Amino acid sequence: MSAGYHIVVCGGIVPDPLQTLEPVQGPAGWGLKNELMLPAILDPWAGHALFEAANLAKNVPGSKVWLVSMGPKAKLQQVMMTIAQKVPFELVVLDGPASGFADAHETGAALAEAIAAIPGLDTSRLLVFGGWQSASRGAGATMQVIGEKLGIFEQFQGVDKLEILADGALRVLERVEGGSYQDSVVSGAPAVFGWATGELPEPPNNPQVGMQNMRLVMPALQKAKPVKLEKGPEYSGVQIPSQKRETRVVKDAPVDQIAKEIVDWLSA
Amino acid sequence: MSEIERQSMELDIVCVGFGPAMAGFLTTLTRGLADENGAPLLESAVMPGMPPQVICYERADDIGFGVSGVVSKARGIKESFPGFDPAQVPMCAPVTHETVAYLLDPHGASRRQELLGLADKALGFAGKYTSCCRDQAFELPYIPPFLCKEPGYVFSIGQFNQWAGSQVMGSGLAQIWPSMPVARVIMEEGKVVGVRLADQGVDKKGNPDACFMPGMDIRAALTVIGDGPVGPVGRNLDEILGLPEGNSQRDWALGMKMVVDLPEDCDLPEGYVLHTFGYPEPDIFGFLYVLPDRVASLGIFVPSWLDIPVRTAYRYLQHWMTHPYLWKHLKGGKMRSWGAKSLLESGRRGEPHLVGDGFARIGEGSGSTNVLTGSGVDEAWTTGVMLAEGVLKLMKQNQPFTKYNLERAYVKRRRESELEAEAKIAEKARDGFGKGFIQGLAGMALSGFTTGRLNMPGDHRDPNQRVPSIEEYYSARLSAQEIEAIREECAAKGEPLHDALMDRVGWPSIEYDGQLLVSHQDALLMGGKVQAPGGYADHVVFADPNVCLKCRERICIDMCSGQAIAPDPEGGAPLFDREKCVHCGACVWNCSKPHPTEPGRTNVEFRAGAGGLHSVEN
Repeated sequence: MSAGYHIVVCGGIVPDPLQTLEPVQGPAGWGLKNELMLPAILDPWAGHALFEAANLAKNVPGSKVWLVSMGPKAKLQQVMMTIAQKVPFELVVLDGPASGFADAHETGAALAEAIAAIPGLDTSRLLVFGGWQSASRGAGATMQVIGEKLGIFEQFQGVDKLEILADGALRVLERVEGGSYQDSVVSGAPAVFGWATGELPEPPNNPQVGMQNMRLVMPALQKAKPVKLEKGPEYSGVQIPSQKRETRVVKDAPVDQIAKEIVDWLSA
Repeated sequence: MSEIERQSMELDIVCVGFGPAMAGFLTTLTRGLADENGAPLLESAVMPGMPPQVICYERADDIGFGVSGVVSKARGIKESFPGFDPAQVPMCAPVTHETVAYLLDPHGASRRQELLGLADKALGFAGKYTSCCRDQAFELPYIPPFLCKEPGYVFSIGQFNQWAGSQVMGSGLAQIWPSMPVARVIMEEGKVVGVRLADQGVDKKGNPDACFMPGMDIRAALTVIGDGPVGPVGRNLDEILGLPEGNSQRDWALGMKMVVDLPEDCDLPEGYVLHTFGYPEPDIFGFLYVLPDRVASLGIFVPSWLDIPVRTAYRYLQHWMTHPYLWKHLKGGKMRSWGAKSLLESGRRGEPHLVGDGFARIGEGSGSTNVLTGSGVDEAWTTGVMLAEGVLKLMKQNQPFTKYNLERAYVKRRRESELEAEAKIAEKARDGFGKGFIQGLAGMALSGFTTGRLNMPGDHRDPNQRVPSIEEYYSARLSAQEIEAIREECAAKGEPLHDALMDRVGWPSIEYDGQLLVSHQDALLMGGKVQAPGGYADHVVFADPNVCLKCRERICIDMCSGQAIAPDPEGGAPLFDREKCVHCGACVWNCSKPHPTEPGRTNVEFRAGAGGLHSVEN
């Protein structure tokens, strides 16, 4: 494809999973304790999508990558200082909630509206990338909503591989049950891809990529439009999975014994 | 290996390490680069038509990771932010109460001078009949003015750095790039012309591996170094230039700390500041600061003059927390985060060359910590502010960043400051500790009350020269045969020595409650949350592993905050696990063997490395 793709990656931010996360109910509904204090990262699922997008753009001349991200502006700014060193992209910012309690439909609608408003975007060459799941929103519905709102009905979820065939068609491997893949071919753009982990390692930090991105990141942050999500589900209760840590140091335990303990623990 | 081809990038100013000093520098600098309407006042020399290109590279994964809770008068910070409102900064509160307490040893296991033992007995006796000594502690009725922190604030440096860093980045006039360790300075013809970033895509030894990306050369007219006391760039520069005559970096301490959710029934008020001494060893100081929302930042400092060859900060921290005077407040509390950091306790005496052609040093690594008042954050911030003021002046006058110009614009400003005057008073305040705890306390009082005119003489050996052998240290309590048996038993189990020896000489075992008192590894997992991105070389390296084979103390293992340095079960030199390292730098000064080639240094080298703690609350 000589003209290349217009690849839009939808990537939210989530609290750094290494932090202690504790749901609390405030006047505005459920949230995380000290959420604004917690450092954030790009949602790891979206991260895979971004790295795959950059790799595709590198291999198909004329392609371009946008990263559309909704989150509190200050937090996005911080996250971009890490992500912008990885791969080239142009940022589109929606200054809104990044909470795991936000409604997927409302979020998807806002992102779709922002994508449609990207100047110069050619929807006939459009590939919408994002995370199949999210580290904070596990509904798995946001990408589908975005596709529906943009009128893109070729949608693939749990994608681990995207290959450009000689005739310009796209071959997609989607995860299905039982550790198998569904092998599909779609004639071309536009299409939506909810990525699983993909196949690429995290790129190293490249200061030149960072400098190049920053010329557009800061203006994008400055002109970010506030977004308010009006509706959402009501949660009757929220809790994190209980954890119990029992550390023992046992040397030279036979493999069978280790396996038995794990099975016993799982069965308990 | 032939010289690798490296990419290069040109900037106006490159900065190394984002801590309080760099926050002060960039806050002041960026304010001076634009007018009140945001229009640039100065032009980049490397990108004409653009504002000056200023970039700061930080090793940690975010700009507020891996630092500490603090109490500070915050004079410099308040000057930078007139009308400073602590409510703007998460986890910040004004100081409301101050207490200094001397802790008795409830177990009789610590090392105490005879005179101190007598004083303890007297206090214990008095405590039976009066209220002056409760819960095995004596609260000082009077706090010397040089130790008072009111009016001031308790806060989390992590949160403060995030707050200040966001404003700097929001200005669009400076960029702070985390996860980007800097390996060393680039020197050409005696001038610093920039820095070299760490290689990525290498194996543990630094050899090119999958996805090899040579560290880029960042060239700039000015390199600002604020990477702290164990920062590889500052140490690299010291290696090249040496320290100014008469200066030395011999005095260190490891601050090990936690952030704790206090129990519901704890009645300590917000803004409460407690400092302790006397226990778990007399010269281990402790702190507890109550932040907003019933959260406390607490910890201990284990100094280089402790002279115990099996010291361990983690276990000492647990003994300190479970002292009756503290445990009555902490029992039922929950650890939120945990971490550690080395502090350069040499103060002004540890000052390196502050400037040279093309570079300037700021912050703790520049010798700014005041060792009498025990204050370093605001001092570090202030050095950054002073440098920025000087740099702006030179830029406006279109003057190059030569040593001469930086001397006039920055060093002169620093020498004439209140910070310098106070640093001179403090310079010898801790010398007495080199001879003993009582001499140390007396020395602090002498220096403090005479404003540095009189000082207690000290003992200025390098830390590695101070370490007695284990047999020597325990000679009154354990025979050499017993020690050897313990040593062999620990070696067979692949365990460090300190726990076995401490158990043997009377330290009680710690009963884990799973919340606040947990195993060292659990603290690392629950509180430190260490990350080490792949593709970087090991940053802790034993200069001569053969020296380690003969080492009988191996304090590097005992004092390793993250248990990242461990005995080799096969009898070799200690093993280093980068994925556990919190980058505290304790190994650098806790090695008992001198470096084979560099005088004043130990056999442990601390190089550029990425990752570390993932906590912004510390």
